[in-house]
Amino acid sequence: MFDYLEYIRTRNFPHIWCSGCGDGIVLKSLIRALKKLEFSKDETVMVSGIGCSSRTPGYVDLNTLHTTHGRAIAFATGVKLANPKLHVIVVTGDGDATAIGGNHYIHAARRNIDLTVLLYNNYIYGMTGGQVSPTTPRGDKASTAPYGALENSFNISGLAEAAGASFVARGDVYHATQLEKLIAKALQKKGFSVVEILSPCPTAYGRRNKMAHPVTLMEWLRDHTVSITKYEKMSEEERKGMVETGVLYDEEKPEFSSEYEALIERLKEKK
Amino acid sequence: MSENSEQTMLMMQGNEACAEGAIWAGCRFFAGYPITPSSEIAEYLSRKLPLLGGKFIQMEDEIGSMGAVIGASLVGLKSMTATSGPGFSLKQENIGYAAMAEVPCVIVDVQRGGPSTGMPTLPAQMDVQQARWGRHGDHSIIVLTASSAQETFEQTIRAFNLSEKYMTPVVLLLDEIVGHSTEKVVLPPKDSVEIVNRKQPEVPPEEYLPYRETEDLIPVLATFGTGYRYNVTGLVHDETGFPTNDPEKIEKQIIRLSGKIEKHRDDIIQYKTFMMDDAEVAVFAYGSVARAALRAVKDSREMGIKVGLITTTVLWPFPYDVILEAAKSVKAIIVPEMNLGQMAREVELGVRNQAEVIGVNRVDGNPIPPVQIKEKIKEVV
Amino acid sequence: MIERYEIRLSGSGGQGLILGGKIIAEAAAIFDGHNAVQTQSYGPEARGGASKAEVVISDNEIDYPKAIQVDLLLALTQESCTKYSHDLKKSGILIVDSDAVKELPRGDFKVYAVPIIRLAIEEVGKAVVTNIVALGIITKISGIVTEEAMRKAILKRVPKGTEELNMKAFETGLKKGEELLAKGK
Repeated sequence: MFDYLEYIRTRNFPHIWCSGCGDGIVLKSLIRALKKLEFSKDETVMVSGIGCSSRTPGYVDLNTLHTTHGRAIAFATGVKLANPKLHVIVVTGDGDATAIGGNHYIHAARRNIDLTVLLYNNYIYGMTGGQVSPTTPRGDKASTAPYGALENSFNISGLAEAAGASFVARGDVYHATQLEKLIAKALQKKGFSVVEILSPCPTAYGRRNKMAHPVTLMEWLRDHTVSITKYEKMSEEERKGMVETGVLYDEEKPEFSSEYEALIERLKEKK
Repeated sequence: MSENSEQTMLMMQGNEACAEGAIWAGCRFFAGYPITPSSEIAEYLSRKLPLLGGKFIQMEDEIGSMGAVIGASLVGLKSMTATSGPGFSLKQENIGYAAMAEVPCVIVDVQRGGPSTGMPTLPAQMDVQQARWGRHGDHSIIVLTASSAQETFEQTIRAFNLSEKYMTPVVLLLDEIVGHSTEKVVLPPKDSVEIVNRKQPEVPPEEYLPYRETEDLIPVLATFGTGYRYNVTGLVHDETGFPTNDPEKIEKQIIRLSGKIEKHRDDIIQYKTFMMDDAEVAVFAYGSVARAALRAVKDSREMGIKVGLITTTVLWPFPYDVILEAAKSVKAIIVPEMNLGQMAREVELGVRNQAEVIGVNRVDGNPIPPVQIKEKIKEVV
Repeated sequence: MIERYEIRLSGSGGQGLILGGKIIAEAAAIFDGHNAVQTQSYGPEARGGASKAEVVISDNEIDYPKAIQVDLLLALTQESCTKYSHDLKKSGILIVDSDAVKELPRGDFKVYAVPIIRLAIEEVGKAVVTNIVALGIITKISGIVTEEAMRKAILKRVPKGTEELNMKAFETGLKKGEELLAKGK
């Protein structure tokens, strides 16, 4: 049996997540990936912002940094640049990373700094009670969109790719094995990597959108996600309502913190 | 740069002297965002830091640069940012984080007039109360200031030292005149400068508690990556670093955040007096205005007026005791400042009704000339 | 012994007056061993607008860093001459660009009118060295800093590769200053 406890700070359990929340599945997938890659706990830093997913660092036995709302990537940029030897994992949500923290998200991607961003997308502001978020599907209800969301939602994976990230993947908490593999790939990638993780919230999102039961949400994920290879072969008609998962983008690009180290070396030689 | 035992004389702008002071203090990380009149600090460090193996990053915004500074500090690099009024406002939430999580860092604010975009290229001292109270919540903070390039160099080093010693963000408030004046700076022999580095834990990781209550009230935060895995959060936390809702623990932390500064007031406060012995009237001034005040006091003395001067490089904690002492022997304290009387309020608290407090205020983007202070001195006498 | 000597360089943004101020301050403080402070006041424009740089030189500690009563004013534009001449000392020195400044302020000043920008273009070959030509004139007329200190300070502050050009500009200014002194005005 896999020993998750090696990575868990049990003193902080029980965790704050609701029953039916997918965040625990992400946590376990991440731990399996970390174990597989044999990352040193001492040399791994986990940084988060504010929100349900951002409470993850409290439960993992790493160097953990729970920051301000939206700023996890900015803090993580300082951590990584200050000591490029550290593995830096950012745990954030759709509101945290793409609304209040949207600027850091796109600029860290542009800079291509070696951070692994696990972006939990639950389509809602869960912790504050179900307000509409940048990823709430158009028409869906939220506590601040009682008549349905009028705004378009972000494609946050596409956003990362367009902004310059070197690795972008999408997974979901129904397909936990695939998720683990995607996280492992992202952790290994040198550059700004994002794993968008569909982890819908039964309490704040499901209840308002006729999917109150966690099983209903899980079934929704099962029925509405499709691997990118299959998706590419589907017709326009078949793609409707489907979300593609898997590695969406993977390129080699110069990475910022190592470019800076190289600059320091260059200047030393010049002296 | 100089050998360790020699002094060097350079012509430097206040902003450059600030950047150089930071390097001397051991600053090896700077994150910032362009803003007048502070940008020369970033420009200088973007050139110098990589030459010293340090890191410079121009972030996407003011908020992000404050975040990056805190992140880098936890990884063990002495870190700084520099900004001006509007950027200072934007950074406040994360400065509050640094106060709550007790992460040492230095924030330089080269003040301009405001509110809002205000007067980007003109001098003011309008951020003195923002520096003290800009964050939500309750905590004490150290705020330093300087009146010349030389003093800027020295106070920047002190800002880092106090920050490392007390595990707190320290604000250095300059103003446009100080930041942009070029004058002689004497860089002392390197080995004569005291540099303070934050403590590291003396216990093994399994016994380590980052926020353990100590006698001096100052926590010992291990550098990330050195084997001490702990949690840092902006939530109220107990000695373990994990969030708490226990009223007793909450109260303990909030009181300690102020206590660790207030308990060490005597170590932090620095001030100077000039011709106060027989003074009947005192002038209290800080920043570039302190120089106009000095001139005004000298000129008034030549005219036989018994006036003295108190200047300070530490705005917070405020030297109330010094003011009270002066108030016992003078009939009035004149407070010239490039705002509508922000520090005069503190002087008012300090005098405890034993002397009159009179402001000389200027908010038109012009410096306060000596003559304006001189006239007030004459009027009061 | 210099009690307190105040120089104000004024003109429009982009004329290199702030650099000029820094050079005088460095010459006085580092190479001649006095104290000096250079301050500036500028608008949002990088080019154009009214711009000024001030230098206070003294053998005492310099308290107030800005000008109180100006000993020497340089004005390269009419706007700056009108705006910044109000606190020029009685019998102070006013050096103006004679092509740009047609209306002189009233007062008891020693006025030296020189086509400085034209000198830079015609005798040195580039308008960009106007500030350095002006420094030459100021050095000669004020006598407050030594020529040698000024040369050192110029070489330290001007961009690499322009040293020769700037030295030529400085010498041109010195020569013009000498002529003006000889003429008495």
